[in-house]
Amino acid sequence: MTPSSEYNFAYLDEQTKRMIRRAILKGLAIPGYQVPFASREMPMPYGWGTGGVQVSAAVLTPDDRFKVIDQGADDTTNAVSIRTFFERTAGVATTTATTEATVIQTRHRIPEVPLTEGQILVYQVPIPEPLRFLEPRESETRKMHSLEEYGLMHVKLYEDISRHGHIATSYAYPVKVEARYVMDPSPIPKFDNPKLGDCPAIQLFGAGREQRIYALPPYTQVVSLDFEDHPFEASKADHPCGLCGAEDSYLDEVIVDDAGGRMFVCSDTDYCEARRAAGHIGKDAA
Amino acid sequence: MTPLLSVQGITKRYGAHIGCADVSFDLYPGEVMGIVGESGSGKSTLLNCMAGHLRPDAGSVVFDTRGHGPRDTVTMSEPERRMLGRTDWAFVHQHARDGLRMGVSAGGNVGERLMAVGARHYGDIRDKAVDWLERVEIDAGRVDDRPTTFSGGMQQRLQIARNLVTGPRLVFMDEPTGGLDVSVQARLLDLLRGLVRDMGLSAIIVTHDLAVVRLLADRLMVMKDGHVVENGLTDQVLDDPQHAYTQLLVSSVLQV
Amino acid sequence: MIDLSNVSKTFTLHNQGSAVIEVLSDVSLTVAPGECVALTGASGAGKSTLMRMIYGNYRAQAGVIRVGGVDLVQAEPREIIRLRREVLGYVSQFLRVVPRVPTLDVVAEPLRAVGVSSDEARTRAKELLAQLNIPERLWSLSPTTFSGGEQQRVNIARGFAHAYPAMLLDEPTASLDAANREVVLSLIEAAKARGAAIIGIFHDEAARARVCDREIDVSRFTPGLSSGSEAVERYNESAA
Repeated sequence: MTPSSEYNFAYLDEQTKRMIRRAILKGLAIPGYQVPFASREMPMPYGWGTGGVQVSAAVLTPDDRFKVIDQGADDTTNAVSIRTFFERTAGVATTTATTEATVIQTRHRIPEVPLTEGQILVYQVPIPEPLRFLEPRESETRKMHSLEEYGLMHVKLYEDISRHGHIATSYAYPVKVEARYVMDPSPIPKFDNPKLGDCPAIQLFGAGREQRIYALPPYTQVVSLDFEDHPFEASKADHPCGLCGAEDSYLDEVIVDDAGGRMFVCSDTDYCEARRAAGHIGKDAA
Repeated sequence: MTPLLSVQGITKRYGAHIGCADVSFDLYPGEVMGIVGESGSGKSTLLNCMAGHLRPDAGSVVFDTRGHGPRDTVTMSEPERRMLGRTDWAFVHQHARDGLRMGVSAGGNVGERLMAVGARHYGDIRDKAVDWLERVEIDAGRVDDRPTTFSGGMQQRLQIARNLVTGPRLVFMDEPTGGLDVSVQARLLDLLRGLVRDMGLSAIIVTHDLAVVRLLADRLMVMKDGHVVENGLTDQVLDDPQHAYTQLLVSSVLQV
Repeated sequence: MIDLSNVSKTFTLHNQGSAVIEVLSDVSLTVAPGECVALTGASGAGKSTLMRMIYGNYRAQAGVIRVGGVDLVQAEPREIIRLRREVLGYVSQFLRVVPRVPTLDVVAEPLRAVGVSSDEARTRAKELLAQLNIPERLWSLSPTTFSGGEQQRVNIARGFAHAYPAMLLDEPTASLDAANREVVLSLIEAAKARGAAIIGIFHDEAARARVCDREIDVSRFTPGLSSGSEAVERYNESAA
């Protein structure tokens, strides 16, 4: 598909992209710190990835190869729409293979295949403020970040244990970055939390409605919060993938009939397809 | 002996209106001071200036910190002042819901200050929370209930537990028994008296209830129109008031 | 132990036309350890006022009131509180307690305040309550609901719990039956024997004769003892 000449490269005007890039650079300089930016109206509703799209637009170059995943899948409506959006407005090449992509926009997952230097992972973030659950005042949460008053974050985990016997937070699990800022990693499953730290790729987080950008430069130290007697655990469903037999990937539970039948399959479709292409077969593979 | 708190010339104006003017006193370790006066007399303004919630226009509030001796809390940095606010200082609000997190369990409310100063062992935090609930006469079985399910008196006791769990040395109280039934008030006063004695706390209690200060306070400061008109030993001020306003205040109380 | 020199007291009633009432002037007296002194004089002569001044409850306008080396006229509140906790006991005519607190704890409290362990303080409190014939079934109840005589005995037990070096007793035997009166007098004698300096007001002449070493007629410190005295008495009652 050829780019439409109606649009500037990657939809946003150059001044806007410069503004966003400044926010990104500031975010990279202060890992985990939420940088305010002047979020623009995008041709999609809030909650559909407007923050991620603006960050992607600001970092894409004509030579990039772009991948979009939604809950691990390349083929859902959201992923297809955003991929098509940049094919049309930027004319960049696209791919579904994690290893081939240079910029990956994601909603709620980190790919199973380890990322490499030179890649950029762009997260869509609905609520960037990890303290929001207990402290509704933005003025107060900003002060808490600046003064490193993070006791409240553990109150949330405490409440989890007191109610469920263990830390039941299974996604958007809070982390501390470089022993300084507490950060919401966006609603990725906590299974993905260990991949945030010491990652060779650049990780950028964009929240459109909340007008915040934050970032993790390569090889940043990221620690998931926990208690000494209730340590962090990166959990997943205790099954192998029904299609490719993978034991180490994050799984979705799929209902297959109206009689209670179900199967567990890799949430990362690219990972699953690559394994099946290499000859791995799960017990439910047709 | 070094005063725990030394207040010098605290003045706060709201435009042309005087909140409180040129208030000075020393509070020594273990002392409980009451501040009485009618609504608008400046007693709450003074309390908020001392507790760091309001910035006074003039004056100093020197606190004898554990680590660095006497420090002026008005001019110290905000992080230091906030740190004091969750370690050596405590603030009991008149309305429990101003001092509690209503969406968090009783245990989480008590544990917050512990976690704020670095406690990271769930079992220990919970044990301490349960211990404190019992000390303020709340059944340990309620540890996972939210304060929204508690009565007014229980909420107030929970607020006290939440404040005292880190072993503060100075407690600010703003009408701690206001809005409670008389019988509930008596129970709370008894509890506070015991805690103050057992923990060797110093406290500053703002109230308009003379019975409360007679029971809790060693000494009394009487305020009118932002000024301190009289201060001294509590029973002396109440039984032999020297200032016209104090005489009026004391003689206005209904005898039961 | 207790030493007053040139003490005077006036009340200024600001809300009653700023009337100034002179109650006592130029009071000087000394009480030695082991001595019990009775204050006498007609009603309104200022006996209770003087006692309240020695306790720091009323403020003196002039003079020195020294108890155990502390001048109550000049002392800071915390010095007076320490003095009351450790040195100077006061048995008033009225029991004033926190509602809901059991009698046993009311009596043990002065000992707890000087650092005696809870068990030891309660043991001493039980002895005193038994001695003063307060039935054991009442010990766990608040004294606020007791009869006048029972309250008075609880008050005395509380006053004698800690061995104060100086004591002020305001009508300690009033409204007591013969048996309890005897107990109280023996408590006073025991306090004297251990060296306490005591000032008391006793309307009971036989009691006064038995425990007091000498009497001081307060009316000789009362200027005029005229029109003002009734107003003062009224004022005192309303303040109490």
